[in-house]
Amino acid sequence: MEKFDKVHGVAAPMPLINIDTDMIIPKVHLKTIKRSGLGVVLFDEMRYHDHGGENEEFVLNKPAYRNTEILVAGDNFGCGSSREHAPWAIKDFGIKVVISTSFADIFFNNCFKNGILPIVVEEEHHAILMEDAHKGENARMTVHLEDQQITTSDGVVIAFDIDPHRKHCLLNGLDDIGLTMEKDHHIDKFEDHASQARPWV
Amino acid sequence: MSPKTLYDKIWDAHVAHEADDGTCLLYIDRHLVHEVTSPQAFEGLRMAGRKVRAPEKTIAVPDHNVPTTADRVNGIENPESRIQVEALDKNAKDFGIHYYPVHDVRQGIVHIVGPEQGWTLPGMTVVCGDSHTATHGAFGALAHGIGTSEVEHVLATQTLIQKKSKNMKVEITGKLQPGVTAKDITLAVIGETGTAGGTGYVIEYCGEAIRDLSMEGRMTVCNMAIEGGARAGLIAPDETTFEYVKGRPHAPKGAQWEAALDWWKTLYTDDDAHFDKVITLRGEDIAPVVTWGTSPEDVLPITATVPNPEDFEGGKVDAARRSIEYMGLEAGQKLSDVEIDTVFIGSCTNGRIEDLRAAAEILKGKKIKDGMRAMVVPGSGLVRAQAEEEGLAEIFKEAGFEWRLAGCSMCLAMNPDQLQPGERCAATSNRNFEGRQGRGGRTHLLSPAMAAAAAITGRLTDVRELM
Repeated sequence: MEKFDKVHGVAAPMPLINIDTDMIIPKVHLKTIKRSGLGVVLFDEMRYHDHGGENEEFVLNKPAYRNTEILVAGDNFGCGSSREHAPWAIKDFGIKVVISTSFADIFFNNCFKNGILPIVVEEEHHAILMEDAHKGENARMTVHLEDQQITTSDGVVIAFDIDPHRKHCLLNGLDDIGLTMEKDHHIDKFEDHASQARPWV
Repeated sequence: MSPKTLYDKIWDAHVAHEADDGTCLLYIDRHLVHEVTSPQAFEGLRMAGRKVRAPEKTIAVPDHNVPTTADRVNGIENPESRIQVEALDKNAKDFGIHYYPVHDVRQGIVHIVGPEQGWTLPGMTVVCGDSHTATHGAFGALAHGIGTSEVEHVLATQTLIQKKSKNMKVEITGKLQPGVTAKDITLAVIGETGTAGGTGYVIEYCGEAIRDLSMEGRMTVCNMAIEGGARAGLIAPDETTFEYVKGRPHAPKGAQWEAALDWWKTLYTDDDAHFDKVITLRGEDIAPVVTWGTSPEDVLPITATVPNPEDFEGGKVDAARRSIEYMGLEAGQKLSDVEIDTVFIGSCTNGRIEDLRAAAEILKGKKIKDGMRAMVVPGSGLVRAQAEEEGLAEIFKEAGFEWRLAGCSMCLAMNPDQLQPGERCAATSNRNFEGRQGRGGRTHLLSPAMAAAAAITGRLTDVRELM
């Protein structure tokens, strides 16, 4: 996985709450057996008209937000299904950071597996970031993972929390499976013990 | 020893390694696999030259994409769906995992097949690349959905990297009123907590109204724990659970059954164990409910009216305004006046035999409204066979329902069963998101009995009027 360091880029506002995984990527696009190429259908039903053609009103279609790298979204972002196609599409579009007041659990986990940084902030900070995101292309936000800081285009600095293990993995682009396999002997030991204690499993 | 919750006990029994910061390797007893979220995971294994660590604990079945019409014996017409199912056929064979192919009578929705075959047992950890894995919590198993990267992680290592969630108790006291079902309980709870109310928690459902439920009903309740944002839902195993499990193909037998039973009987929350959050509802206060919006938290009793968005607070004002517009409703409109054109009975929420019985009970000797498109999609081939044996299939067919083969079907509309823009469906499934059942389609979630009532009258209907 690519190492995550610092993002300095356009932030787009999506204040709607409960943006679910069907909105992020509808099921018609889940039939792929690949991980790549889904950016073009990110937010498909909001982004394109029923008859095809872009919906100019949709934020990511506006000229100022076409190169969005940071998404500032409403509460409970990513609720719904476990489809990892949602973060795959987000990543493929070019978005590397999603900021909200809360995320659905599975979506949140899935982001880290794909080098996307989901950041939870307090409501008052969220309001500041949302306002900054409304300023468009010339107002660039900076997200610094090592320092755990977001800096708005006006220079307001907001600190954020992140699980240390997850931070380490993102910063170093580490593959979870490889890390776990290094602990193989613990798994062997557990299996030996469990097969005695619960042989019916 | 400090008192533990049911979640604490199952968690503690499955920690294979704990790091200093509390990050754990949680051992997984059962890994369920379906065709949509697994191809990239198997591909990842191949690329890295890895094997499935515990193929004997891994069970696969195609369900999301499969057509539910009789002509599916001729193969799947949609090329992309066909490729996904064929990929699962191949992956199951190549990696040597248990498999129920499309033509097997035991095929069905993964969360119905697992319990039915006795793969799901109390005290286990169960995962699947599907958020409704929460269903298996009905057995007192710690069960939750995972993404495809985690599917690959479990395939390769039989573990997940996890941090423990907080404990939440949802107690439903007393008895349910006639016409009120497990579906109404689970929707009412989400109406109370909101779709983010459970985020960061594992919920244990308890109380007399939960104890009184069958295993089918308990699965319905736990199935939608994810809709409340929780990582998992749990119900402590009891005689109802043991009775259901006993004799199933993969349940323990003989001396192992006795040993298992001894352990399962210790799986309950100790007195004075700590819960970080507690919600209590009175069973008597729960009415038959329907959803009016595009989030499962948009729940109201069928006797209510469509709310006014201005009556909400914060971001919900805009969300409710958008929902009501999408749903083609008006604030103040009586929910029981909302006309529907489609009825879907099925899904991992309500596709089990008891659900079909409840719907058939209302439909017996009646016809669905002229022009109504109504379908029953049993949750598995075995549920279908049993419903045929019990005469339920005849009741559905005589009423005017289509009697389909097993699969996820119109719950998420990945197969040909979809809504057209503007169509309005009374659905026993679990999500009413925009476009969930087809682009522009409108979904009202409700119980199987309420869905049957709506099919007869052509509008959302209080089932108690037909009882």
